[in-house]
Amino acid sequence: MIVSLEHYLCLSAVLFTLGVFGIFLNRKNVITILMSIELMLLAVNINLVSFSSYLNDIQGQIFTIFVLTVAAAEAAIGLAILVIYYRNSGSISVEEINKLRG
Amino acid sequence: MVTSLFFYLFSFIITACAVMVISSRNPVHSVLFLILAFFNSGALFVILGAEFLAMMLVIVYVGAVAVLFLFVVMMLNINFSKIKEGFQKYFPIGSLIGFILFIEIILMVFSGDLLVNKNNELNDNIPNTHKIGSLLYTEYIYVFQLSGLILLVAMVGAIVLTLRERPGVKKQDIISQNTRKVSDVISIVKKESS
Repeated sequence: MIVSLEHYLCLSAVLFTLGVFGIFLNRKNVITILMSIELMLLAVNINLVSFSSYLNDIQGQIFTIFVLTVAAAEAAIGLAILVIYYRNSGSISVEEINKLRG
Repeated sequence: MVTSLFFYLFSFIITACAVMVISSRNPVHSVLFLILAFFNSGALFVILGAEFLAMMLVIVYVGAVAVLFLFVVMMLNINFSKIKEGFQKYFPIGSLIGFILFIEIILMVFSGDLLVNKNNELNDNIPNTHKIGSLLYTEYIYVFQLSGLILLVAMVGAIVLTLRERPGVKKQDIISQNTRKVSDVISIVKKESS
């Protein structure tokens, strides 16, 4: 039984769905939401690399490098915002972030 | 046969870790499960023949991003028992949306021939890293530079965001030291000697 492209795509679909589900589930915890976003980006990376491998085309892996770059930048900025938000308000709950409501 | 066995092993561990990441009570455990998921997807990348990306995933994600998460989780003093209060409230709507999304993706995957544009020239003499480099530094050089710029902006942004001036802390102020003149602070007063 050989591993086909569909196997990898199903794994990536499961991971992406779990990431979306995690965003809905953890409304009190921004850190877990950021981790769910990382899971979704990982699913996208698995998708790109499996297509790149099965199509014999290296461009998918190059785009994976760019996705990695953006993921690292996003994590750094997100955690910095989280730290100053916690310093100002004393909580990390998303539900309480409604100060911008006019 | 061995390849498929390892694929199922690694993908099972990744899925179990992802479930634990989103459902764990303690954020520290979530970060550790995230690290395990990244390691196993690195192993999947090795199976797929992308060794360079596997190493990069381990270095960037486990070495930088996950450690950053761990650092922030341990630095913030969070009450863990309050965090899971809204769990039951959002479970039905979240599972409904997740289910719909999953069905859509699976229908998309099995809807047609995905390998239509297969590039059949197999050139396995060139190593993976060489192939990536020869394309990344020629055709994608501007995008590569741009991603470096993104990292620079992210670094400057993170530093500016978390920098804070505490009142009441004695610090050396070099500009005010250098611009201080003798005439501003010392004045000679004539005093009659009696």
